[in-house]
Amino acid sequence: MGVRERIAKRAAQELADGMIVNLGIGIPSLIPNFLGNRRILFQAENGVLGIGKSPAKGEEDANLCNAAGYPVTVVSGASYFDSATAFAMIRKGLIDVTVLGGLQVSEQGDLANWMVPGKRVPGVGGGMELAQKTKKVIVVMSHVNKDGEPKIVPTCSLPLTARRCVDLIITDRAVIEVTNEGLLLTEVMAPHDVADVVFHTAAPLRMAGTLKRIE
Amino acid sequence: MIRNEYGKIISIEQAVSYITDGCSLMVGGFGGVGSPPALLQAIFEKGVGQLTLICNDTAFPHIGVGPLVSQGRVKKAIVSHIGSNPIAGQRLHDGTLEVEFCPQGVLVERIRAGGAGLGGILVDIGVDYEWLANGKQVVEVNGKRFLLELPLIADISLVYAKKADPFGNLIYDKSARNTNPLVAMAGTMTIAEVEEIVPLGELDPEAIVTPGVFVNYIVQSSGVNWKWIWE
Repeated sequence: MGVRERIAKRAAQELADGMIVNLGIGIPSLIPNFLGNRRILFQAENGVLGIGKSPAKGEEDANLCNAAGYPVTVVSGASYFDSATAFAMIRKGLIDVTVLGGLQVSEQGDLANWMVPGKRVPGVGGGMELAQKTKKVIVVMSHVNKDGEPKIVPTCSLPLTARRCVDLIITDRAVIEVTNEGLLLTEVMAPHDVADVVFHTAAPLRMAGTLKRIE
Repeated sequence: MIRNEYGKIISIEQAVSYITDGCSLMVGGFGGVGSPPALLQAIFEKGVGQLTLICNDTAFPHIGVGPLVSQGRVKKAIVSHIGSNPIAGQRLHDGTLEVEFCPQGVLVERIRAGGAGLGGILVDIGVDYEWLANGKQVVEVNGKRFLLELPLIADISLVYAKKADPFGNLIYDKSARNTNPLVAMAGTMTIAEVEEIVPLGELDPEAIVTPGVFVNYIVQSSGVNWKWIWE
């Protein structure tokens, strides 16, 4: 299993039967592969609640896609609606969990995930509403950036998506909870060890009483 | 033969005659899904430029509104993201495209406000972020701070629907609905490209998503003329 799949598999453990969940693009889109028989209603900003498996090749319907523009199917109980209704669900706080990518997460749970000034300005899409309004925000990302610099930092230097919104960070090296007392390291992903995680995290980490190791 | 009893069913050529240099164009669709292919192609071929485009996103370089953006026909885009169209990114970078970014849910609600005759909406998304709040009025209601976001309307709204009757009542197809019902309301003139035109009375009034009163003209689609990214 590749590292992206391992992150997705760990994130999938956070989703429980009956939840309403919105998945971002990239690693989050791999999560449905690791849910077993749990019944989860996936929501997409374009206007679908109840997204199912990807269609078989040749059975795609161009008018049934997720927010990234890729074909999907729907499960029993699904509904279609316009995008204003999709964001009504989001702003009203009806989404239980969202799993988003991240460029930086701060010690307080601030999230920056939409632009690198002067380099890449893709626009924020629906990320601000999801980050600010979802009951539980999980960020999945690599622990360090392409230059090897920590992405978990005391204060975000990149423009923010939302303040104090992140509840859980899952990376290729660790699982970290954002608490009122700061960041709490709860799990370490093999082959990395605690010292390695601490070294590559710019914000202070507290250690959980029992530290789990993910093989 | 469908009776054109409201005179709303027109040719693509006539529809495109309403779209001129410098006009504001609001287009339904989300990553190109649910965007009107024949109208967009005809606008592109007509060669109009200096457009102000209001759309969820700039789609992909060869899909939906993408070619209008890629080929420099758009002066200003009001969108939630340009991430799927790298050429839009280059144009933003080299100064040939102005982009007003708006969070997706705020954008679609501004469009709804425009179509619903409202004077503005109060949103608490990104109130404290300079790039977003820049110059906007902050309104305090019961101790909570909101940004006053202004409605969006356009000279011409273009939407894509599955079926229309001659009055312009519309129903959509699955996730191709997306921003279309909102965009349909917010045009000074709204033109719907539809997969099928059915006789008056054939659409169940309970199932109609966009009442025909919002729709000025209807054109017959011949389907998507681009290759999807997943094909």
